[in-house]
Amino acid sequence: MIIFDHVSKTYDNGVKGLIDVNLTINDGEFISIIGLSGAGKSTLLRAINRLNEITEGEIVIDGKSITKANKKELRTIRRSIGLISQQFNLVKRSTVQKNVLSGRLGYYSTFKSVFGIFSKEDYELCNQVLEKVGLSNKLHERCDNLSGGQQQRVSIARTLFQQANIILADEPVSSLDPVTSQEIMEELRNINETMNKTVIVNIHSVELAKQFSTRIIALQDGKLVFDGAPDLLTNDVLTMIYKGDSFLKGSEK
Amino acid sequence: MKIKDTVHFQWYKSFFIVFIILVCFLASATLTEASFYEVFENLDQAVAFLEELSRPDFSYLPKLVDPMIKTLKMSALGSLIGVIFAIPVSFLATTVVTKNVIITQLFRLILNIVRTIPNLLLAALLVAILGIGDATGVVTIAIFTFGMVSQLIYETIETIDMAPIEAAESIGANKLQIAVWSVWPQVMLNVLSYFFYAFEINVRASVVLGYVGAGGIGVTLSNALGLFKYDRASLIIITIFIVVLIIDSLSEAIRRRIE
Ligand SMILES: Nc1ncnc2c1ncn2[C@@H]1O[C@H](COP(=O)(O)OP(=O)(O)OP(=O)(O)O)[C@@H](O)[C@H]1O
Ligand SMILES: [Mg+2]
Repeated sequence: MIIFDHVSKTYDNGVKGLIDVNLTINDGEFISIIGLSGAGKSTLLRAINRLNEITEGEIVIDGKSITKANKKELRTIRRSIGLISQQFNLVKRSTVQKNVLSGRLGYYSTFKSVFGIFSKEDYELCNQVLEKVGLSNKLHERCDNLSGGQQQRVSIARTLFQQANIILADEPVSSLDPVTSQEIMEELRNINETMNKTVIVNIHSVELAKQFSTRIIALQDGKLVFDGAPDLLTNDVLTMIYKGDSFLKGSEK
Repeated sequence: MKIKDTVHFQWYKSFFIVFIILVCFLASATLTEASFYEVFENLDQAVAFLEELSRPDFSYLPKLVDPMIKTLKMSALGSLIGVIFAIPVSFLATTVVTKNVIITQLFRLILNIVRTIPNLLLAALLVAILGIGDATGVVTIAIFTFGMVSQLIYETIETIDMAPIEAAESIGANKLQIAVWSVWPQVMLNVLSYFFYAFEINVRASVVLGYVGAGGIGVTLSNALGLFKYDRASLIIITIFIVVLIIDSLSEAIRRRIE
């Protein structure tokens, strides 16, 4: 469970990324975060694993405050949170296998990881997760030889390998074509349903958000303006979220 | 056609530049009391010298193999040691992994100092400290390589893709793990290429180092010249020239394949 308790974030330049956000996210939810560019979606997502330090309030994950965690505690909490992003965040010059294996660095001692001494179980797990995302045949392929969709699958495999309970995905399909986007979203839903992992996705496509999530959250200028089931997301609500004049004029008639 | 319509429309500028160069040339010649007359007067000596040089003593060739190989070994070993030390230091000389400006500035300062020492001076110093010999040459080359390659590596580190670093941070990896798993694979091939580049430069430099007694074929050359054995010197110069040429093109070919 993730709890946002009166969370605000003011950037160094004075921009308010988040304003007094209160949220409770239960295990196994599939949440889409929508909103205009600059609404604070990435800020919110990256506050969860503290890649972004919040300036007010507190975020508690499974009973532990990540906001107050010291370095060591932070490392431990982060091990159970996966991150997928628009640019895939892979080491392009490394092989698929190495990228996946790096997902559990947080569990290995510095010595072992520096010399690449991974356990037999982890090598097997690596093969399993790659099979799950359909990339078994790419084990020793360098990531820069893969297509965007395949790279995103590698990064999903990495979070699976990490055995994270929470998967954060910052616009995972923004740089992919519609068909591949659909496939990647299905992959995420599959993981969510069969492995009961919490998935939180930032997404620009309202359609995909409605199709895949169990709950939708909308942000506007750092404020939470909608939080509910996908069917509650009516045109009126969307108009409000996206400040859409055209929508507004249509409904006023 | 008028001159102002041609590429020479600013001819007066060119004239002015030539004039300035001439003035500087003459002024510096006067200041240093260099006499061109003397240069021409000694021309017959030069001709005699060149005549000797043009008759390389090929029977001396077998004796050159050992020092030449020694020079190559010294350069390779020195380059390797230099690069090995350069790798960790270059990680410390950027904030990419450490996020610590003070450490970065400190290491950059040290590297700047190392780089300002001229090669030959370094060799002379080390000969004074460690004595004459091949080991001194190796140490000189290693220090020189270290200074040069560290800068190349840290500048490369600063241009890498930062996203994988964030990915590693987000899953609880520590700094050393990030250096090894997120940064190193991105710069590894460049480092290999810098090694060959350093080796190429060091083969050439080590000839000069031999002059101050730091081992290798430079010593042989300096001896030959000292004994006025110009026919031998000639052969040595030709040998060095060919070997350097081969190394340069080999190294370049390898580096091109890497990149
Ligand atoms: N590092 C930063 N420093 C200062 N301001 C920032 C920083 N990162 C984001 N912001 C600002 O905070 C606000 C929210 O940004 P955020 O990246 O969270 O938006 P977003 O909803 O993810 O937008 P997008 O859909 O374009 O990704 C924006 O106004 C942005 O300019
Ligand atoms: Mg964003």
